[in-house]
Amino acid sequence: MSAVRSPEFLNALRGLLPPESVLTAPEDTRPFESDGLAAYRNTPDLVVLPHTEAQVTAILRLCHAHRVAVVTRGAGTGLAAGALPVDGAVLLVMARLNQIQHIDPLARTAVVQPGVRNLAISEAAAIYGLYYAPDPSSQIACSIGGNVAENSGGVHCLKYGLTVHNILKLRAWTIDGELLEIGNESLDASGYDLLALMTGSEGMLAVITEVTVKLLPRPERAQVVLAAFDDIAKAGAAVGNIIAAGVIPAGLEMMDKLAIQAAEAFVHAGYPLDCAALLLCEVDGVNEEVSDDIFTVHEVLTASGAIEIRTADSEEQRARFWAGRKAAFPAVGRLAPDYYCMDGTIPRSQLPHVLERISAMSVEYGLAVANVFHAGDGNLHPLILFDSSQPNELHQAEVFGGKILELCVEVGGTITGEHGVGLEKINQMCVQFGTPELTRFHDVKAAFDPHTLLNPGKAVPELHRCAEWGAMHIQGGQLPHPELPRF
Amino acid sequence: MLDDYIEHIRAAHADGSPLVIQGGGSKTFYGNAQAGTILDTRKLSGVVDYQPRELVMTAQAGTPLAEIEGLLAEQNQMLAFEPPHFQGGSTLGGCIAAGLSGPRRPYAGAARDFVLGTRIIDGTGQPLRFGGQVIKNVAGYDVSRLMVGALGTLGLITEISLKVLPRPAAELTLQFELDEATAIDQMNRWAGQALPLSASCWHAGLLSLRLSGARSAVRAAQTKLGGELAHDPAAFWQRLRDQSTPFFDRHPQHPDHRKWRLAVKPTAPPLNLGEAQWIEWGGAVRWLMTDQPTAALREAARSSGGHATLFHGEPPADGVFTPLAPPLLHVQRQLKQRFDPKGILNRGRLYPVF
Repeated sequence: MSAVRSPEFLNALRGLLPPESVLTAPEDTRPFESDGLAAYRNTPDLVVLPHTEAQVTAILRLCHAHRVAVVTRGAGTGLAAGALPVDGAVLLVMARLNQIQHIDPLARTAVVQPGVRNLAISEAAAIYGLYYAPDPSSQIACSIGGNVAENSGGVHCLKYGLTVHNILKLRAWTIDGELLEIGNESLDASGYDLLALMTGSEGMLAVITEVTVKLLPRPERAQVVLAAFDDIAKAGAAVGNIIAAGVIPAGLEMMDKLAIQAAEAFVHAGYPLDCAALLLCEVDGVNEEVSDDIFTVHEVLTASGAIEIRTADSEEQRARFWAGRKAAFPAVGRLAPDYYCMDGTIPRSQLPHVLERISAMSVEYGLAVANVFHAGDGNLHPLILFDSSQPNELHQAEVFGGKILELCVEVGGTITGEHGVGLEKINQMCVQFGTPELTRFHDVKAAFDPHTLLNPGKAVPELHRCAEWGAMHIQGGQLPHPELPRF
Repeated sequence: MLDDYIEHIRAAHADGSPLVIQGGGSKTFYGNAQAGTILDTRKLSGVVDYQPRELVMTAQAGTPLAEIEGLLAEQNQMLAFEPPHFQGGSTLGGCIAAGLSGPRRPYAGAARDFVLGTRIIDGTGQPLRFGGQVIKNVAGYDVSRLMVGALGTLGLITEISLKVLPRPAAELTLQFELDEATAIDQMNRWAGQALPLSASCWHAGLLSLRLSGARSAVRAAQTKLGGELAHDPAAFWQRLRDQSTPFFDRHPQHPDHRKWRLAVKPTAPPLNLGEAQWIEWGGAVRWLMTDQPTAALREAARSSGGHATLFHGEPPADGVFTPLAPPLLHVQRQLKQRFDPKGILNRGRLYPVF
């Protein structure tokens, strides 16, 4: 019997927590068997749901004393199996630490517990004319603790940054129950930038119990322009042209023909169908600046060969333009029994080249691809369509997906722009990093967690693993949390 | 060329002989005193790649900051964190290793916010590459950003990729006569509104506010805010950035005054630690020329939500930076130990204990 299920450990744990906070029966623990990447499942041995920071630290100290591993989980919306239960580990669910503790409208900060939903922060700050900028597509459900763990972005990263740019301070606990107060209420801190190291660390370094986030004033105005192109390379070039014209769009999104058709059939956004690519360009800010930028964007899109340009002239129309893009994942999910979603990022200038290569590979592997991009920041989500009931198609899709990620690394990009490594992309880390860098990553972990008790086996591959391969597999077109927008 | 640096560090690692990493030497005053052989980074010079349409520049660490800013200006772009040059000769590597940012920082972000990737040579002589040239990248720990402000104690930075931004089409500076408490309150109120702010400071009863953006937006904000147009604003902000106004000089009549930087919560009320004060970053930084004891200044910063750093003057025994709580010190020492096991890189520069 593993230590985690031993009577001694369980009794000690039950001494720390109310009975309803400790789950051991399979019917109680099975709902936690996967995060948002449901293809990876493992029923946890033990689930704990603390309500307070003191309970969290007591759990950590107990686990440390018994050398029991801890997998921290937020809302469970992650897409890389980062919160997948590990055998013999406690699954530490932070969802009940869900209080917004303080909003300071003058200093433009909010102090929140890790289980607070991303969108709830902006909703609570709205009466002050403020909001929290990072807006991952799952923002109605995902929690801020998970956002910090994943360095979550959203469609507005190019202008407003990722989580790392929008937090000031963390209360975090090492596995041996020591408090790390990282950052402060000023704009910097003495010593090494542990705030940066913690952000995106996927629960490998410490457990966060409080986050102080920055709030921004709501832009006075936001407006979106939709442009259609008869050639995807022209659309790709238009992206660079907009930025070269000195405009930093709040959002700049692109879809190819297959994605457009799927989205239109699904949500009837009114997209033109006789085109090879669509661009959605949103600008926001002070009223006068938005007017100027919209004018510039129009000029650039025309000069870049757009065959049709529409500007949303009402909030309803703006929402409709976005609806198709935000529904692109589930829409594509209707086209085939299965798809693989990739998450590479490339330099924007490589977009036409990468699209051409993906298109050629699509023919080579005999599998269709729908392309959805956060074009402003070069983050690609190629969705490879396949049917796992057909012999060899799953394997072909995996090989194809692997080639796409290798291509991203080859042109100077990365294997994951926003979904994280988790367990899902752990083998692909070997493509992006050499042994010296992977060794230093293990060193960083050891500086915080020398016994490898926090989320063991995730995010950074053991060196001997580096011959394997993996990619995201969506079974039967079913996304986990189908109610959430994905984009 | 890179191989020479690798060899140099490997040899120093083998001997355990300390190295002092230095670029233009413009920030030798910053951090704690250190001893060792100078390792000059300036042979690692030149822009590796600059794609204005990508908003990304990659350059070797020894490249002069002025050269980089000149190239960016030709494309109507800039380093949005407005790094200080101090007395000149600054290199990009020194700028990133020190992690200091200028007047635009509270509104555009800090040096660390614009770093996309770094190449370093660690304290064993191992070349390493972290991050890359793309804005979104969550593969592996963010070791690139860890290098920013580490003062070269974790590795010699050899190459840096940065996000750059377009220069604003228009810029002007408004000035308002306000007392300190009102000015602090006002800077915070403005920061909570949709205004094209790009810098703010207060000194000797005068609040200065820079607006940057589209011509129309800047004009509209000027109409809304009022105030007086500042004379020669570019020079004003550059002098503040580089601390080349007389305020920041040592004064013969106050030989005991030391220059302190107190980073605080931007809304922190007046600290009442003496008259010689310059506030910037929307209230988040308070510069003091003072003979107040170290403990009093550190306590004032701590109780105002931040930390205190000595910029010039006789250093305290525990170093110029605010000492860390034991658990944080433990983790930081562990990191140092793993990137530089023999402690040869800028030994003691960040904290006297490593």
